Amino acid sequence: MHPIIEGIIQAINLILTGDPEVFSIAALSLYVSVLGTLLACTWSIPAALALALRKFQGKRILKGLFNAFIGIPTVALGLYLYLLLSRAGPLGYFQLLYTPNAIIIGQSALVTPIIVSFATGALESVDPDLRTLARTLGASDRQTYNVIIKEAFWGLVLAILAAFNRAFAELGVAMMLGGNIRGLTRVLTTAISLETARGDIALSIALSFILLGMVMSLSIAINLARKTSQ
Amino acid sequence: MSPHLETHDIRREYDSVLALDRVSIGAHLGQVTTIVGVNGSGKTTLLKILAGLDTPTAGDVLIEGHEANPTQLRTHSTMVFQRSVMFGTSVYNNVAYGLRIGGVSSREISQRVKSALTVVNLDGFERRHARKLSSGEQQRVAMARALSLKRDVLLIDEPTANLDPANAMIIERAIKDSAQSRAVLLSTHNLPQARRLSQHVIHLYKGRVVEEGEPSRFFTNPSDERTKLFIEGELQF
Amino acid sequence: MNRSAITKLQASLLIIVVICGIAAGTYAYYSMIVPAAKTRLIVSTTTSLYETGFLDMLKTKFEAKYPNMNVSFISQGTGLAIQTAMRGDADMLLVHAPSQEYPFLKGGYGVNRKIVAYNFFIIVGPSEDPAGIKGKSPSDAFKAIRSAGLNGTAIWVSRGDNSGTYTKEVSLWKAIGLDVKQLRQEKWYLEAGSGMTATLKLADEKLGYTLSDTASYLLNFNNHNIVLVKLVEGAKSMLNVYSAIADDPRNANMTKTNFDGSMMLIKYLASDEGQQLFADYGVSQYGKPLFGPYLKLLQTKSDPLGNDPTQLIQWISDYAFFEGSECPQQFRYQAEGLYSTQTPVPVLLVSIVAGVEQRKAAACIQSLKA
Repeated sequence: MHPIIEGIIQAINLILTGDPEVFSIAALSLYVSVLGTLLACTWSIPAALALALRKFQGKRILKGLFNAFIGIPTVALGLYLYLLLSRAGPLGYFQLLYTPNAIIIGQSALVTPIIVSFATGALESVDPDLRTLARTLGASDRQTYNVIIKEAFWGLVLAILAAFNRAFAELGVAMMLGGNIRGLTRVLTTAISLETARGDIALSIALSFILLGMVMSLSIAINLARKTSQ
Repeated sequence: MSPHLETHDIRREYDSVLALDRVSIGAHLGQVTTIVGVNGSGKTTLLKILAGLDTPTAGDVLIEGHEANPTQLRTHSTMVFQRSVMFGTSVYNNVAYGLRIGGVSSREISQRVKSALTVVNLDGFERRHARKLSSGEQQRVAMARALSLKRDVLLIDEPTANLDPANAMIIERAIKDSAQSRAVLLSTHNLPQARRLSQHVIHLYKGRVVEEGEPSRFFTNPSDERTKLFIEGELQF
Repeated sequence: MNRSAITKLQASLLIIVVICGIAAGTYAYYSMIVPAAKTRLIVSTTTSLYETGFLDMLKTKFEAKYPNMNVSFISQGTGLAIQTAMRGDADMLLVHAPSQEYPFLKGGYGVNRKIVAYNFFIIVGPSEDPAGIKGKSPSDAFKAIRSAGLNGTAIWVSRGDNSGTYTKEVSLWKAIGLDVKQLRQEKWYLEAGSGMTATLKLADEKLGYTLSDTASYLLNFNNHNIVLVKLVEGAKSMLNVYSAIADDPRNANMTKTNFDGSMMLIKYLASDEGQQLFADYGVSQYGKPLFGPYLKLLQTKSDPLGNDPTQLIQWISDYAFFEGSECPQQFRYQAEGLYSTQTPVPVLLVSIVAGVEQRKAAACIQSLKA
């Protein structure tokens, strides 16, 4: 039987029987990427607000910088962070390397440019007249920000979703900082890489189905929520 | 009687364009003041300065004889724009927004919203989604929004410029109504409307006040040559 | 509110709750698998050990015996594994490149080296064997491959990383007077830059020859990943020796490493139980073990891989000993019980005695001549 067909059949089998190793890999992937994205939000959303709504020097350069780093190669970022987190490196004290926390930190760095750029765009595309309207109805600066954020809400959600997708599906950072340790830092992408290298195509295909399936379901769910709220 | 709201030598300059030059006007409570002029004469800029949405390059704005900065003006007045913007929510929430951030109790909000919507003939529209209304209906929502705030100064930029006669009539009635307790300033191209609604007319040309007075004299026997041409529709900017 | 549609606020709250729920649930689930109370041991190792699945089995067995240990194997090429250990990011090494291990000891990075297993490298290639190397000695085979390569009839695929396999390959080319740096420029010499399975698959794809350890080859051949065949095997120059080395806790970079854990694993690998793991691994699938147990070889003087034991023991000490020992005295630290009489002291004694006897005999002859 052709290996790809064989792979698809085994993939369906693994998913339907709820193979524990496959599902723990998927759960870990979700865990690190969700936390990584949320962590990145804590600084990226305020940064986007500042870039979109405040006036200051060097805005254009900053925006350009964030834009440029959207597509940073994950292996390059993984390498730099590896040197940073290594026991011999500046942050070695925390012994973060080869733990899930290292991947969380790495992925949060990876997706920061995405959130900042997309969120800034969403905020900037809000009708400026809305801001004027809010002010003439008595809103303070903070209250006008709230109006703009509410208006840009779905744009912000999509920015965060894009960030999550990037984190969930990346390989370089998870590999370099996590070490692909079975049961500890093996996520979907690193597992696919390993099983492919080992020649276990069926397992790789199963894992890739789960990866794609989760990404797609999340997108569908969010778009459904957006449609029904409008 | 001294004016409730007045300006002293307002000057507004930007991008090396002089939008307003030594503009000194006054508006009284209980009166409608109309500002007329060709496009680009500075009407909208003047209204925005009075609304506290723009800062003059020089000159003062005074409320009851005291100097007022833009922040104070913003809470003292409210403005309705030529094309109104709606929040992406219900009509009720649109009208209630300013009241809510102003800390008004929800019972009071409910009363005020209802009566404001009645003034503009939008009873029963509370639950409708504001962005799905026609532009005429949206303009009426904007009017209700401004009225419910019960501010002393109401500024309106071209209130009926994009409205059909039915909507225009409703808006004009609302303006007359609101003037009883407020100083209302509006800008318009519509000369019959200016005559109908206002007690005082100001002609703004190239950022300067070239003529002002009460309507009957203004429209029948203006003293300034440019005003004569304007009324006849012959004035070029 | 429009009753049939959810408001933005409700939607966003719902999404946040769902996300937090997922994150919390997965965290709870996965933290059940790795309770935080365990001590962590990080072992830097080679792809050839890793990809055969031996290490997964080792982890299970070791953690069953020592339940508070949590072993993590990081699979990298030997060269990178050594660097990781030098930085202190791994607690110990399990590698197979003696020429790289010796500097690691001398540089003050490693202590308590213990040879634990062995097998052989083999040259594999297409069944058509265009360079005609079948049955030749390694040096003749390499010569033949090169000339066929220059003729355009053969391809060689190298690991091209600093792995133990690559180190062996470089030494084999060197033995016939060729420098890999020169060979890399030639068209027939390809570099995979990957682990053993990937390199084998590349060679398979390109119908080329490559050097592989037996374990990786058998694994991939049996899984039908490759159809390459064994052409040259079993000579002294093709010996492959696996050793474990602990990070030196006195080294400035390594003060945080888990020295005690490393010693536990090294002793385990050298113990009867550990050695039996090597002796059993792969027997049911391939008929013989993928890795020969070194200490068992010394004890029982028998080799499950079918080589002459005495000769094999000698080969290993010639190839993988430093200064006459698997771990010279100055590189031992708190190593009680690790280096008992199982090391080839008998061999040393024999040669010392032989040497003494030789001198005695020579002196005798001299005195006779005199």
